[in-house]
Amino acid sequence: MLSKRIIPCLDVRDGKLTKGIKFKGNIDIGDPVEAAREYYEQGADEIVFYDITASSDARNIMLDVVRRVAETIFIPFSVGGGIRSVEDMRAVILAGAEKISVNSEAVKNPALIEEGAKAFGNQCVVLGMDVKKVAIRPEIPSGYEIVIHGGRIYTGRDALQWAKEGESRGAGEICLNSIDADGTQEGYEIELTRLVSSQVRIPVIASGGAGKPEHLLDVLNEGQADAALIASIVHYRTHTIQDLKTYLNGHGVKVRMQW
Amino acid sequence: MIGIIDYKAGNLTSVARALHYLGEPCEVTDDPGILDSCDRIIFPGVGAAGEAMINLRSQGLDRWLREWVASGKPTLGICLGTQVIFERSEENDAACLGIVPGSVRRFPGDLKDQEGRFLKIPHMGWNHVDFPRTHPVFKDLPAAAEFYFVHSYYPAPADDSWVIGWTDYGLRFCAAIAHENLVAVQFHPEKSGTPGLQILANFCRWGGQDAQ
Repeated sequence: MLSKRIIPCLDVRDGKLTKGIKFKGNIDIGDPVEAAREYYEQGADEIVFYDITASSDARNIMLDVVRRVAETIFIPFSVGGGIRSVEDMRAVILAGAEKISVNSEAVKNPALIEEGAKAFGNQCVVLGMDVKKVAIRPEIPSGYEIVIHGGRIYTGRDALQWAKEGESRGAGEICLNSIDADGTQEGYEIELTRLVSSQVRIPVIASGGAGKPEHLLDVLNEGQADAALIASIVHYRTHTIQDLKTYLNGHGVKVRMQW
Repeated sequence: MIGIIDYKAGNLTSVARALHYLGEPCEVTDDPGILDSCDRIIFPGVGAAGEAMINLRSQGLDRWLREWVASGKPTLGICLGTQVIFERSEENDAACLGIVPGSVRRFPGDLKDQEGRFLKIPHMGWNHVDFPRTHPVFKDLPAAAEFYFVHSYYPAPADDSWVIGWTDYGLRFCAAIAHENLVAVQFHPEKSGTPGLQILANFCRWGGQDAQ
């Protein structure tokens, strides 16, 4: 059977990691290519890069990072952040990424999902969703609302409906980030993850809140996630990916144990 | 020199990057003259079968591929490349190259896991491949190795004796075939870490005979 995927997420600005990542001997790695190599060697199943570069002039720096990553690691990786057109997608894919992730850009221009899927195939297009828990109201029947720009702007879109719309527009996968859980290290938003994952037929990556191995176990089992995105839990060396997989494997979750 | 057939089907450079990492000279090309001069061919691809066949025909590569495989030289199909060497695909109801007897089918929509939950389509991620017999291209792989898949359609050869790798995803499907000078895999060896690179390295040293 298919293994559940463990996916580290790296934030990149102007070609550098936004937070240094502590590795062996407490060496601080600021180079996204070196960080990707470390996680590849630790058994990451995939890697997500999120480009938070503000200026569009610096996009070529990110493309160079993508090219160097593609020459270094031989597992799939995706790139998100600031992708506004099919041409932006093409540049990232030709540089060597398997998938591109669209988030705020797709909320503003939903046709971007279809255009990307038509040009590169559904499997290339990941719909990133930032979600906040809100009071249930007629336009937000699930009680989860899509927010954009790092959670600053409420869109009036229901998260479950947007997930289904994304699927029907041709997204091949959903990366579901709980803004409430993000950065807390207190566990994933299990209820939200289960709600979305059980109602779409494309894979769902749970994101936001991983602080302990138990959190991954919960979201992959109870949350029915197909994959778990992780950041601080491995960036600060609290755990290695191998530790997390050994724990999950010991608790009956099928994960890839040999690489 | 390894020829990587360019028929405008997705990103073909990832295979070239993996070969470059292995130190194997290769060229991504649609020029039959250059392809003829290669000693082995990789036929990769991502996308839809119908469009792939249109591109292959318009470039004259459909006939070229049949002749190449018949010539006995080592050939490796990957993902969509593997699917279009069959007779037909349910994707776009496309007539394909007919090099391998059989068809390519869509995963049924009602496949369920052991807990009774619907399985997600595409089949995306890492899965085990069971190799019931040995083959020079699939040697030296760790027993628990997994490979990266991303597909909604699966190969169904008419003759099971062509199958060299089986994978389970709600149903048991053919993940790899081997017949004479042809090997073809549904998964992506270029994205499957060390075991995937091992398969590519094995292929680069393979003479094209289906025996150790």
